[in-house]
Amino acid sequence: MSNTPVVGVLALQGDVREHLVALAAADAVARPVRRPEELADVDGLVVPGGESTTISKLAVLFGLMEPLRAHVRAGLPVYGTCAGMIMLADKILDPRSGQETIGGIDMIVRRNAFGRQNESFEARVDVRGVGGGAVEGLFIRAPWVESVGAGAEVLAEHGGHVVAVRQGNALATSFHPELTGDHRVHRLFVDMVRADRTAESL
Amino acid sequence: MSSTLPNPAQPADTPATGTARVKRGMAEQLKGGVIMDVVTPEQAKIAEDAGAVAVMALERVPADIRKDGGVARMSDPDMVEGIIGAVSIPVMAKSRIGHFVEAQVLQSLGVDYIDESEVLTPADEVNHSDKWAFTTPFVCGATGLGEALRRIAEGAAMIRSKGEAGTGNVVEAVRHLRRIKNEIARLRGYDNNELYAAAKELRAPYELVKEVADLGRLPVVLFSAGGVATPADAALMRQLGAEGVFVGSGIFKSGDPARRAAAIVKATTFYDDPKVVADASRNLGEAMVGINCDTLPEAERYANRGW
Repeated sequence: MSNTPVVGVLALQGDVREHLVALAAADAVARPVRRPEELADVDGLVVPGGESTTISKLAVLFGLMEPLRAHVRAGLPVYGTCAGMIMLADKILDPRSGQETIGGIDMIVRRNAFGRQNESFEARVDVRGVGGGAVEGLFIRAPWVESVGAGAEVLAEHGGHVVAVRQGNALATSFHPELTGDHRVHRLFVDMVRADRTAESL
Repeated sequence: MSSTLPNPAQPADTPATGTARVKRGMAEQLKGGVIMDVVTPEQAKIAEDAGAVAVMALERVPADIRKDGGVARMSDPDMVEGIIGAVSIPVMAKSRIGHFVEAQVLQSLGVDYIDESEVLTPADEVNHSDKWAFTTPFVCGATGLGEALRRIAEGAAMIRSKGEAGTGNVVEAVRHLRRIKNEIARLRGYDNNELYAAAKELRAPYELVKEVADLGRLPVVLFSAGGVATPADAALMRQLGAEGVFVGSGIFKSGDPARRAAAIVKATTFYDDPKVVADASRNLGEAMVGINCDTLPEAERYANRGW
């Protein structure tokens, strides 16, 4: 087994290209994933930013939702940004009718919590586990985390709201490191994928 | 004018709204998706349920604007707000070219993107709006690379082809996308000496021309717009390099809008898989009738509006 982990990016809709670039910069082999069988070939998966209602519908429509849940339950490392954070939440506070999530993190997320596009902003965010100072957080119609369960660890807050969470092999941020050229959060995730592979091969 | 995304070593400690990264980043979130024209809250809900990534709120779809004639303007604020209240996905709305007050009104209503659109009657024959002056991001139409870069220089955070809206005929959108793609490919082959002359020829700022030559694509997201009526049309535009698709009259002027909307969303995601496009194309009922663009009088060609 080569030492370079293969990380997929769920490519149903959203800023897939930016995640592929960020993952490659963080020393992973990155590839888009659109079909259930492609999930078997990756060591980790990014659920990108996009429109969460669209991604959720397409995942159900193309038979990906159940395989995604099964892989995440089985411990596949996953990282979700913005819409991806919503997809990894066990519960959405204000779901559109029939909006399903993959789940994986025991948290309740509020969609568009920071407001509409005119309220979208960038700000510096300190993320636990990411060295070298604060990261530039791009918050675009971003969600925040209303509450987390006992098993989930809060990694970052902004304005008194939780904006980054980790639970085991699952990581989620309200903001978009893939749009900033700062790949430290992706490095943190690729390290999680690498650690998971090492644990499995023991 | 700032053409590249500012990447300060020391970002401000106070949150900053309306930055180029925040505006362009919003369009990145729409990629791979379908943005649908809607004229009522009910249509907006149908679009959201079908998987649209955003809706364009307007009073009349382009096909009806063509039919009715007269001056086409920004929509009634009540109507825009009704649609904003009906859905959780982003809502866009159109201002006339150069009508920066319509744009100010749309920003005050809280729309997520403003389309400075040739589908409405232009308000200024020389100037487009200064889009840097707004917190709300703008999308603008372009028939070629020079026009796209002029709009980006004015602050557009997203570009779409102009197509020939309201005709149900993709021929113009295909022409615009192919032209943009070919002009970018040609820049890639130029050395630095040639880029100055290329900028002059494109009538676009040198810095943006250089950026496109280096990137091999526009510095903002590129969508297709105008004339998409079927799942195969949407897949065609994506295979030609569009990162997503606007559908105007094609959905709610067809026989079964909900079904057609969902089918176009599917074909846009799996644009490179003919089996999925074939499945999406089955039993959709009547497509919109369509207009042959060759028979359109010059004065009725929207693509000629804007400069």
